[in-house]
Amino acid sequence: MKTIENILAEHPFFKGLEPKYLKIVVGCASNVVFAPEQIIYREGDPADRFFLIREGKIGLEINVPHKGPVTLQTINEGEILGWSWLMPPYKWRFTSRVYERTRAIALDGACLRKKCDEDHALGYEFYKRFADIIVQRLQATRLQLLDVYGVHS
Amino acid sequence: MKGRKMNARRSDPMLPQPFRVARVQRETFDTFTLNLEGLKDNGGFKFAPGQFNMLYVFGVGEVPISISGDPTNGDILVHTTRVVGTVTTAMGKLKQDDIIGVRGPYGTHWPVEDARGKDVVIVAGGIGLAPLRPALYYLLEHRDKYNKVVLLYGTRTKEDILYRRELEQWRARFDLEVHVTVDRGTGNWRGNVGVVTALIPKAPFDPENAIALVCGPEIMMRFTVLELLKRGLPEEKIYLSMERNMKCGIGLCGHCQFGPHFTCKDGPVFPYNRIKDLLEKREI
Repeated sequence: MKTIENILAEHPFFKGLEPKYLKIVVGCASNVVFAPEQIIYREGDPADRFFLIREGKIGLEINVPHKGPVTLQTINEGEILGWSWLMPPYKWRFTSRVYERTRAIALDGACLRKKCDEDHALGYEFYKRFADIIVQRLQATRLQLLDVYGVHS
Repeated sequence: MKGRKMNARRSDPMLPQPFRVARVQRETFDTFTLNLEGLKDNGGFKFAPGQFNMLYVFGVGEVPISISGDPTNGDILVHTTRVVGTVTTAMGKLKQDDIIGVRGPYGTHWPVEDARGKDVVIVAGGIGLAPLRPALYYLLEHRDKYNKVVLLYGTRTKEDILYRRELEQWRARFDLEVHVTVDRGTGNWRGNVGVVTALIPKAPFDPENAIALVCGPEIMMRFTVLELLKRGLPEEKIYLSMERNMKCGIGLCGHCQFGPHFTCKDGPVFPYNRIKDLLEKREI
């Protein structure tokens, strides 16, 4: 059976992270499973965790008045769900709904922030990895904004 | 595919041949598919995947439209078109048994024969799936000649998905991997939401022995190329289908000039390394 440390080491997000840091991170990690249609968090809720998706699919939704929920992005296996725990006001901006049964590792945001404050090298590793994900998602969002499939695009 | 007769241009290449509309199929709110039959028994219409025809709506005008049918079935000529201008609007109003003019087939084709023994990654955006469908038919017809075949398809919303029934059949196959994503997930859509380029990092292919066929809006293709290169696919193994305003279809008039190339004759299918310096130039 794989330990959480093994799972973290194999996840693309932690690829190449020094073992001493992995050991620190394990202290803030736990296994979680979500059922289809389950809401993991809602827009406005305190953002105290993030998730490394091992298997499954999650939709990030926002409720549009008179229109209902609109999904802006799906998060799949090997990806990361949630970065609102990184910066104040530590509140989720979107609602996350499970589309397919999902297995993930949950990481305690407050615990990690504390460890990053104590060890800036670990903090740098974390912020560098999140910056990469944020850049990828920003670029994807810009492409979405272009509405390239529209008639007059 | 070399040496095939191109029966709609046997005589004067500028003279359209009459074809009968055998069937009109609505695909989405602004796209439709025409199934055409030749009026003369001329042994079927031969074309290579990726080529296009000039379709002439009599009294309205002529437009270049990619062939989107099965290259192994020459009896029915299939074109999927989006309503964008005067001619395509008129084309969308055609009914069964109406007559339309056809010149072609023209242009270069997808390198389906060169791809034998390799993984084939097909990346389609929006109506870009239509010019790629003949390649997919060809690959599936000769499935044992290829390694993995992967289709990544992105579109605007679930209502804009082309060939929905066929996509479902393809997804059910064990020898074809299909991933669909939409830019906006509305209603009860529970599939992927996000740009098609986001599917590339995890697509199952070996970049050292793969070929990519890409068709969609030009911006989508540029971003797709970046992701394919990031995966390690060599520039010369990436093929794009370019769209320009084509008029004569045979490289004479210059309407479709794309740098030193004529899209109608040197394209529409180009290897990326041949056109990469032109893609980001504003003047072209």
